Amino acid sequence: MATLAPEPLLRLRDITQAYRKGGSSDLLVLDGINMNLWENQIVGLLGRSGCGKSTILRIVAGLIPPTSGNVQFRDKNVSGPVPGVAMVFQTFALFPWLTVLENVELGLEALGIAADERRQRALTAIDLIGLDGFESAYPKELSGGMRQRVGLARALVVHPDVLLMDEPFSALDVLTAETLRTDLIDLWIEGRLPIKSALMVTHNIEEAVLMCDRVIVLSPNPGRIALEIDIALTHPRNRLDPGFRKHVGDIYALMTKRQDPLSPTVEGIAGTGIGMVLPSVSTNEMAGLLEALSAPTAPARVELSDIARALQLEVDELFPIAEILQLLRFAEMEAGCIRATDGGRHFAEADTDQRKRLFAERLETHVPLIRLIRRVLDERPGHVAPLARFRSELEDYMSEEYAEETLRAVINWGRYAEILAYDEETERLSLEDPS
Amino acid sequence: MPDLTSPIGLIGKRAQPNLWDAVAFGLIIGLLAAVAHSAHGTVMSISAVEQGKISLSPWALPGYAMRTVMRMAAAMVASLVFTFTFAPLAAKNQRAGQILIPLLDILQSVPILGFLTFTVTGFMALFPGSVLGLEFAAIFAIFTSQAWNMAFSFYQALTTIPRDLHEAATNFQLSTWQRFWRLEVPIGMPGLVWNAMMSMSGGWFFVVAAEAITVGTHTIALPGIGSYVVTALDARDLGAVAWAIVAMALVILAYDQMLFRPLVAWADKFKFEQTASETIEDPWALKLMQRTRLMRAMLLPVETSLGYIARLRLGKPRAHKIAKLPRPLNIAFDVTWYSMIALSLCWCLWHMFSFMAQTLHPGDLLEALKLGLFTFLRVIVLIVLASIIWVPIGVWIGLRPALSRRVQSFVQFAAAFPANLLFPVAVVLIVRFHGNADIWLSPLMILGTQWYILFNIIAGASVFPGDLREASANFGIRGWRWWRKVMLPGIFPYYVTGAITASGGSWNAAIVAEVASWGTTRLHAHGLGAYIADATLHGDYQRVVLGIAVMSGFVIATNRILWRPLYAYAGRRLRFD
Repeated sequence: MATLAPEPLLRLRDITQAYRKGGSSDLLVLDGINMNLWENQIVGLLGRSGCGKSTILRIVAGLIPPTSGNVQFRDKNVSGPVPGVAMVFQTFALFPWLTVLENVELGLEALGIAADERRQRALTAIDLIGLDGFESAYPKELSGGMRQRVGLARALVVHPDVLLMDEPFSALDVLTAETLRTDLIDLWIEGRLPIKSALMVTHNIEEAVLMCDRVIVLSPNPGRIALEIDIALTHPRNRLDPGFRKHVGDIYALMTKRQDPLSPTVEGIAGTGIGMVLPSVSTNEMAGLLEALSAPTAPARVELSDIARALQLEVDELFPIAEILQLLRFAEMEAGCIRATDGGRHFAEADTDQRKRLFAERLETHVPLIRLIRRVLDERPGHVAPLARFRSELEDYMSEEYAEETLRAVINWGRYAEILAYDEETERLSLEDPS
Repeated sequence: MPDLTSPIGLIGKRAQPNLWDAVAFGLIIGLLAAVAHSAHGTVMSISAVEQGKISLSPWALPGYAMRTVMRMAAAMVASLVFTFTFAPLAAKNQRAGQILIPLLDILQSVPILGFLTFTVTGFMALFPGSVLGLEFAAIFAIFTSQAWNMAFSFYQALTTIPRDLHEAATNFQLSTWQRFWRLEVPIGMPGLVWNAMMSMSGGWFFVVAAEAITVGTHTIALPGIGSYVVTALDARDLGAVAWAIVAMALVILAYDQMLFRPLVAWADKFKFEQTASETIEDPWALKLMQRTRLMRAMLLPVETSLGYIARLRLGKPRAHKIAKLPRPLNIAFDVTWYSMIALSLCWCLWHMFSFMAQTLHPGDLLEALKLGLFTFLRVIVLIVLASIIWVPIGVWIGLRPALSRRVQSFVQFAAAFPANLLFPVAVVLIVRFHGNADIWLSPLMILGTQWYILFNIIAGASVFPGDLREASANFGIRGWRWWRKVMLPGIFPYYVTGAITASGGSWNAAIVAEVASWGTTRLHAHGLGAYIADATLHGDYQRVVLGIAVMSGFVIATNRILWRPLYAYAGRRLRFD
């Protein structure tokens, strides 16, 4: 277990981040983030897409300024990239025209370190991270796992106090990701990493519990800190260990908890009424999850962590599907479990035409935006309306990207339910496809 | 692990010169000697050029060719300098970008050849009495044919740098200078090399046209292939024209083989793709350089010092600038800025108007518009004809990978060959068979630019997805239906790219193609190109300006009304992804 130094390396004070929109209302992405990072800790920022976890990392790295609040690194305000904070990227961010060695040397060049020492330190880092033999290879010759090792070596070679990792393993396949995680943890517990502490962003609950000493769970829209959990398990950790499973189950439960049963919002979906931010979930995914839940062999209530493992879904993929099913009253989530409702079971057993009919009914009852579109189309002569009309209305409630995703979701569902038609060329919605 | 840092280690072990060194040395020494020899002529006084007639002896051609090549190289260096200053400025400064980018767009559409008269007068005033002014005017003409699209391509690369690389560069504290050489230049490199190569193709056309310049009443011929051809035309010496064509072909071949093939192969490593693509075989010139021992050992210090320069920590590491949200700009400053732009625009327009109003009246504008319409019709008909011919042939070639690789190099060569060198041949034929100049001069406009259509069609067909071809074969889609539903939509984006280049080039070519002479015989077609050429000949600057303005207007209007929507449509609907 890490011993806490009296002064934190990093201190985040009341960080808020808002995107300015044209008019009065700002769109809050982060709200009142307070956290500290001490020496000898790996801290995980856990949350789903849209909770601003990557934004926090970029604010810490000095890549973007917060709208308000401040970040202190070693008691100094961060107002730009600082030496001593190095980042590992989800997409590796390797320079394709530089060899492995040159990529690793890049950060040292920027620090103006002499050629001999540069070469020496780069080779040491390459050696440490298990890349020997690949020095003269170009990134495109390497597999994903090897590329991320380059990303790690490049960050470690500058001997940063804080290593920032932005979903470092999420672009890798399952086996490769696991190898990299254990390699990194082994180096960490052996004290061979030239860093003091690490801050890691992830949406993978098991990964967070496997690697971190402390997990900070963020709730989305706007991103807030929901809970901090200390993970006191000793390394190397075993995923099947009861203590491990308990932490995983707790976090699942927390992330699906209804905060206020009377709240008009459906948990996980931001906004109410027309302003609901809808994730672009395909109807096939919904049907697939419902079929899995209402299979004869399935228990009445299924642990979300179990179904995530069984269906090989990440939290980021599973939660939006589950939440849309919940919005449409096809399923219910509670305390880390999910179960299909009667309507959901009915849907799973129905044939294609019945499914479409059921889906159309639920859409019109529970998705206010669909109701609005139908009403507008009914009123208009010719039953045609430009998409822009709804886009501008949505943008009163949410950012442009969210508005676009919400519209895309609604168009796809409406098409599947055969209650809407959309012409991409003219960007017009209509009641029905000409048949 | 071998010691990679010390060049001494490398020299000690393998520095004995080998055969490849001899070859490379020969080439380079020869080049140096030729440059030194040609440079000697550029400081002569202007009267010497006027008196010193262009010799039509084939033995004089290598010297002339060298001079032409030097002008080309000088223009290329100027274009690169322009690109490296202009594009970053436009990309990084919002206000500058607002002006510079539309400006670039317009400049691309202005017929360069029409301006020769002005630039020559301007540069001669800068270097009175010296031939240097004329040299600069010729170089400037080539520069204007290359710089815009090179700058555009670099600008586009700068504005589309992947966000994660940006962040990595910032996170690792790269200084402005390091960022430029480590991130920005590399990412722009493939586009830059490709555009430089394409510009060079256009450049040969202009260098040939720019060498023999008529200033007012007397013609001045700079020694070069272009003036050699003009002299041959005046002398009705078809043999000399043939020699010039051969010399030009050899020059282009050398440029292509020794400069651009290696450059393109080298720039391939800067392509931003994470997957290993099929590797093209290295061109011989690159292999030659890689096989030499002494040469490489001698170049290593150069490489090391270049690397050292690129690593200098000039400028500050970037702080919050890039990612910062667009601030509401200072309103007072905005008002001043935009009114300054508006005022200078008004001033320019007024100036142009009052200049033309000295001798012209509204009827002249109508006349120019009418002639513009004629040329427009020619361009359209020619593009349609070229498409009917080259699309099927291009598809046929493109679907055969082995063939298309060979044909592609030939087409590239054909596109680079300055078509104006071939004009005399056509003119002789027209005179011989008493053809109608209005009809038979027209094909000359597209002689050089049709290759862009073929080139792009082959490129498009060769990347057409194999599974789609198999699927259409499997479902028995054949004949016209195959063209309409399968192939034409598939190559459409490529076709549009080719057609835009071809049509733009044809407008420019009109200025030299609509009027042609053979000795004292003068062929003359009705069109805006001939209008500008005639006005230039008579020193009627007002009409030149009017003609250029109308032609630019036509080009810009076709781009906006026809090509851009097509291009956008192709990008939106007809992409494979």
